[in-house]
Amino acid sequence: MPPDLRGTVSVWLTRQAQVAIEALGRLTRTPASSLMTVAVIGIALSLPTSLYVLLDNLQRLSGSWDGAATLSLYLRQEIDDGAAERLARKLRLDPAIADVRVIGKQAAIEEFKRFSGFGQALDALDYNPLPAVLVIQPTQEESEPDAAETLAGRLRALPEADQVQLDLQWVKRFHAITRIARRGVLLIGGILGLAVLLTIGNTIRLEIQNRRQEIEIAKLVGATDAFIRRPFLYTGLWYGLFGGLLAWLLVGGALFLLSGPVERLAGLYESDFSLSWLGPGTTLTLLLIGTLLGLAGAWLSVSRHLNDISPV
Amino acid sequence: MIYFDNVSKRYPGGHYGLRDVTLHIAPGEMVFLTGHSGAGKSTLLRLTGLLERATRGQIRVNGRTLSRVGARQIPYHRREVGMIFQDHRLLHDRTVFDNVALPLVVSGLGHRDIGRRVRAALDKVGLLNREKAYPITLSGGEQQRVGIARAVVSRPPLVLADEPTGNLDPELSADIMHLFEAFNEVGVTLLIASHDLALISTLRHRVITLDHGQRVADSADAA
Ligand SMILES: Nc1ncnc2c1ncn2[C@@H]1O[C@H](COP(=O)(O)OP(=O)(O)OP(=O)(O)O)[C@@H](O)[C@H]1O
Ligand SMILES: [Mg+2]
Repeated sequence: MPPDLRGTVSVWLTRQAQVAIEALGRLTRTPASSLMTVAVIGIALSLPTSLYVLLDNLQRLSGSWDGAATLSLYLRQEIDDGAAERLARKLRLDPAIADVRVIGKQAAIEEFKRFSGFGQALDALDYNPLPAVLVIQPTQEESEPDAAETLAGRLRALPEADQVQLDLQWVKRFHAITRIARRGVLLIGGILGLAVLLTIGNTIRLEIQNRRQEIEIAKLVGATDAFIRRPFLYTGLWYGLFGGLLAWLLVGGALFLLSGPVERLAGLYESDFSLSWLGPGTTLTLLLIGTLLGLAGAWLSVSRHLNDISPV
Repeated sequence: MIYFDNVSKRYPGGHYGLRDVTLHIAPGEMVFLTGHSGAGKSTLLRLTGLLERATRGQIRVNGRTLSRVGARQIPYHRREVGMIFQDHRLLHDRTVFDNVALPLVVSGLGHRDIGRRVRAALDKVGLLNREKAYPITLSGGEQQRVGIARAVVSRPPLVLADEPTGNLDPELSADIMHLFEAFNEVGVTLLIASHDLALISTLRHRVITLDHGQRVADSADAA
């Protein structure tokens, strides 16, 4: 870089830093109203963020359910336990299948007696009415609802098969609901983002009004629009950034309060599920969105109101 | 330095601020602009500094045809024209130094150059020892001199002053005018609106008189 250009760049950078710090200083000079604005922005941002985190956790939860998806293959009545075992050995070789557990006719009836309380009634029968059942655990990839459905179809086509039960309906529903919820979060996020934009825009508008004279004088001595816009853009940026930080604290606090009870609840279900925190990616995105909304709100407001101030 | 060619300024509502004014002010001149209240003195200065645009006619300032200056170029024109106002137009929450520095900050000058130039300008108006003061703590004459320092700090070739001595007593007014003469001696072109005819007459500079937006007298024509 030639020295004069380097000088210009360093003057420019110094100036940017100076304006940014001035804008920050201005916020701290009116702490009550600045905090109020930051609070409004923080709360508005925290709502879609917490919904997003909630959804993220639900999806992780459903992910662990997907893994547990099993198929029950009821064999025809006349298939005996030996044939069931042979079929099980064959199925274990299937690449889509992770594990096969055999519940033989005898085991089935004992289980039934134990859980149903119809023991005496069954004793009265002179034959075992229950079929052998193969409980099939698909591999991870085949646990997705669609893949599991395909596997169920293949099993149903086996000559030994009587009935295949795939208890996936609720998993599918859950997936559908989370898809809707995800769209809902986007929608709510959009609406609240607009609210943040308007809040910052309005705050900046008041700020412009308060500094009208200063803007006029700067224009008189040859300030460009970019020069005049800059401090307001930094003000918007700070508001957005601090709003994002506040939202992060609010959501983090809520997660902290919820994590204990959730882990206890999960413990009751013998699950080691625990709430996931705001990861670095989510945190960064939240702060970035806050900052960008702040900048955009300030930009819109300044563009709208700057030309009202004469001299143009 | 300044050419007006059949310039009219018609305000919204139909009122004329200037009507068919033609004039030429050469580089290095010091010119007074007089006339009754509402004659169009301020209008002429505002057109020259591009605070407003003419409705008709051509204006050329410092080689620049103002009708061809787009909105984005206006700031660059204003940087070449120092402007002084009767009400000073100072920022009351900034120190004298910061007020005078504003035109330099706006044009992106480096920190060190700003300090040097601001002190030089304050020195010229005799306020070097007040750089840390706030304008409100200064007398009217001192505030006006801060305004003058701000107008000349970026060394513009042209300085416009609108009633710079309007609120000052005769002695201070004369001081200010002598200050202007000092700038004029180093080559600055000055156009000063004033209705202090007594003071103007003692100074032997060109005087242009406006009446109802028209140029009715010019001491340069008489000569
Ligand atoms: N913004 C405006 N809108 C409408 N009319 C205006 C405007 N500014 C000035 N005028 C009119 O234009 C005419 C010239 O005004 P100008 O301010 O140039 O007069 P002036 O010579 O500076 O007067 P003064 O000595 O009182 O300052 C006046 O009749 C005034 O009413
Ligand atoms: Mg006037």
